[in-house]
Amino acid sequence: MSELLSPEILMSIMTAAMGVATIILLAALGELVTERAGIWNMGVEGTMLSGCLIAYLVMASTGSPILAALVAMGAGLAVGLLIGFMTVTLRVDHFVTGLGFNLLASGLTLFWFRSYVGRGKPPSYSTIDKAPIPVLSDIPVIGPILFDQHLLTYIAFFSVPVIAFFLRRTTFGLETRAAGENPQFLEAKGLSVATRQYSALLFGSALTALGGAFLMLTFADQFRPDISGGRGWLAIVAVIAGNWRPVRTMIAVMVFAILDSVAVHAQGVGVDVPYQFFLMLPYVASILLLVMIRSRSGQPAKLGVPYLRH
Amino acid sequence: MSTPTIEARGLCKSFGPVRANHNISFSVDAGELFCLFGENGAGKSTLSACLTGLYPPNDGDILFKGEPLRMASAADAIRSGIGLVHQHFVLVPDFTVLENIVIGSEKGLIVPYKEAEAKLRQICETYGIEIEPNALVRDLSVGERQWAELLKALYFDADLLILDEPTATLDIENSKKLFRIIDKLKADGVALILISHFLDEVMQADRVAVLRQGELVGIRKTAETTPEELTRMMVGRDVEPKHREHSDVGPARLVLENVTVAGVGQVPDLNDVSFTIHQGEILGIAGVAGNGQNPLMEVIAGVRRPAFGRIILDGVVISDKAARDIKDMGLGHIPDDRFVEGLVPELSIEENLILGDHRGEYARGAFLDFPKMRQRAEQAIKEFQISTPSADIPAGNLSGGNAQRVILAREKRLATKVLLANQPTRGLDIGVIEYIHTRLLEKRAEGVAMLIASSELEDLLSLCDRIGVLFQGRLMGIVKTDQTNLEEIGLLMAGQPLENAA
Ligand SMILES: Nc1ncnc2c1ncn2[C@@H]1O[C@H](COP(=O)(O)OP(=O)(O)OP(=O)(O)O)[C@@H](O)[C@H]1O
Ligand SMILES: [Mg+2]
Repeated sequence: MSELLSPEILMSIMTAAMGVATIILLAALGELVTERAGIWNMGVEGTMLSGCLIAYLVMASTGSPILAALVAMGAGLAVGLLIGFMTVTLRVDHFVTGLGFNLLASGLTLFWFRSYVGRGKPPSYSTIDKAPIPVLSDIPVIGPILFDQHLLTYIAFFSVPVIAFFLRRTTFGLETRAAGENPQFLEAKGLSVATRQYSALLFGSALTALGGAFLMLTFADQFRPDISGGRGWLAIVAVIAGNWRPVRTMIAVMVFAILDSVAVHAQGVGVDVPYQFFLMLPYVASILLLVMIRSRSGQPAKLGVPYLRH
Repeated sequence: MSTPTIEARGLCKSFGPVRANHNISFSVDAGELFCLFGENGAGKSTLSACLTGLYPPNDGDILFKGEPLRMASAADAIRSGIGLVHQHFVLVPDFTVLENIVIGSEKGLIVPYKEAEAKLRQICETYGIEIEPNALVRDLSVGERQWAELLKALYFDADLLILDEPTATLDIENSKKLFRIIDKLKADGVALILISHFLDEVMQADRVAVLRQGELVGIRKTAETTPEELTRMMVGRDVEPKHREHSDVGPARLVLENVTVAGVGQVPDLNDVSFTIHQGEILGIAGVAGNGQNPLMEVIAGVRRPAFGRIILDGVVISDKAARDIKDMGLGHIPDDRFVEGLVPELSIEENLILGDHRGEYARGAFLDFPKMRQRAEQAIKEFQISTPSADIPAGNLSGGNAQRVILAREKRLATKVLLANQPTRGLDIGVIEYIHTRLLEKRAEGVAMLIASSELEDLLSLCDRIGVLFQGRLMGIVKTDQTNLEEIGLLMAGQPLENAA
């Protein structure tokens, strides 16, 4: 196992971890905003998978990563609308809705992928390039890890303070939080709970789908039905372990991302421990995190409770 | 004659079969204090909700400053200058006072916390309200929350302000302060609608409208009526004050020995409290709310642990027992925050009636005994005169008074040895208070030891055998009800210890 501890490998692990973190972080931030509005969206995994497939289809047919990311986000909006219709308008149980959607998404993406590919070989493309930041990326050690990354990685990490600011300091952010804490209060002020919850779902689902697109465009050259690999679930765990706070959620995401990256490298380097052991690490960590961090003080009071207005 | 600030014409509002408001017409002028008076469930809160756009009326018109008011939502009401202080707090506990107030009021993208805070401090200063804008609502006492609720309305410079039982959670001092604020608002030309069960408050209004079962019985100028007439109009009969018969007390039942409960900071919530309640005895706790009444009830019920001291029930030490076990020993507890600790608002009345007993009498193995529950619900609704269309509706839809009856019905049954009641008659009308007193005295006759905390001295004087006063967590002294007077208790409440305690 000592192979994993050489400086080059460690650098590589950390650099790759930033990429994995981007995927989970985008989804986690989207889920965080959604949950703060009171919707416990369990459909993150399915949304991410949909983002992957749409990005793949667009990329394979047009070759434009920007277009692929945008269309994937558009698909995310559609997913948000669907989940919103179920949870907000019809007030279906949030868990049932999310789990149902995940099943639907895994079935539909597979079906669509098969019919797109037909009998031939699935088209593939080369993954997109990184966008190193001049000067900063030349700093030893942290330069390559932090500043030789994809554009979306910078955006994802920059979103952490932005979302924290949004929730704390903006009018809409305050109202979004109120929707999760005490919807009656909002309604008493004459503000629509539904509008805030729909908005949060649209935003969150688009961000999650963007995470899926990023996964598709940087980590694989073709779609696989299991490509999201439970990262959507890790995003949900990260929000809980982060006690519904953006910065802490980011830290939880980093823990998962580093372990995920270790697993990938362990396969590459060929350590003498069965690689399944490493693959298991992020999920074991997620359970451990939930056991250790039991504080749920940040959980919105009315999270997951369908709101019935008079 | 100028146009009235608000006018209702033939207003009707029903919830299914319940006619909460039927054909109500009245008007309130600028600078006038108008009072709504009526029994629990008479439809007062519903009426104010209609006037503020929370409920769309089924029929009738509302004119605001002469213009018909077509309100799609409460936001329209707020924007047009109608403020409502809710009977049950509508605050977000995890938000600061400031956040609770600015939400929905600021149009821009970024919340201007600085300006808002300045404006809020300005308002507080004008009206003499002491509250820290940056404190979390969760950390505020019930009384302070009432001020936060009021500030929410004052922040908008309303032309019409509706106050739904604002003094129910305030002590005498703060109620007086509220009336000083009301006078100031009147002088500024604000029209005010006040809902209250306290006759001395009602008599301070300019005019009073009496409601009974959703209908307007009549409107009187306070200068031309008497409290007796208003009471008669409200209940439709004469009410006579109950007289407590003397009963002999039995052996000691509940004993507290030097009980101390730690507080958040240096000051303990409860400081070295000792007393004994005998079988068939009622001990009253007077004192301004927030002086340790809640910790006292909670430590006896086993919800909180004493840092020091012992609590003994019928010779058994209970201060180290779990709340559940204490309850099973025959302790009933009527908490002061009805819709938070007293009831589960989302559950039906029927379910609320058996909570706590749902593993005992109302269980058949792992299943609930529905026929038995139904029977119990029907009996309780009849016995406690709970006015509701059925036992299936969520308890959260009940009016304040009816909610209290549900809690009373449940806890009274559970309390075979000790009954703790925190503000049991808060917000109740005279008819119900009389009724509750009767039921509590019945319990006393059965030998139950009772501890009742109330900010209504009248309540305690007519009910209790002895009265103790809590001041900043300390028991200032206990006096025998038939050997004391209001002045003596008043002194204790102001923190003056007693020389010859009983
Ligand atoms: N949302 C609701 N759904 C069903 N019934 C309701 C609802 N709100 C009120 N009611 C019923 O309408 C009637 C009037 O209730 P309301 O709350 O207006 O009484 P109130 O006069 O304010 O009483 P209290 O003094 O106890 O607060 C009651 O019978 C109540 O049970
Ligand atoms: Mg009411």
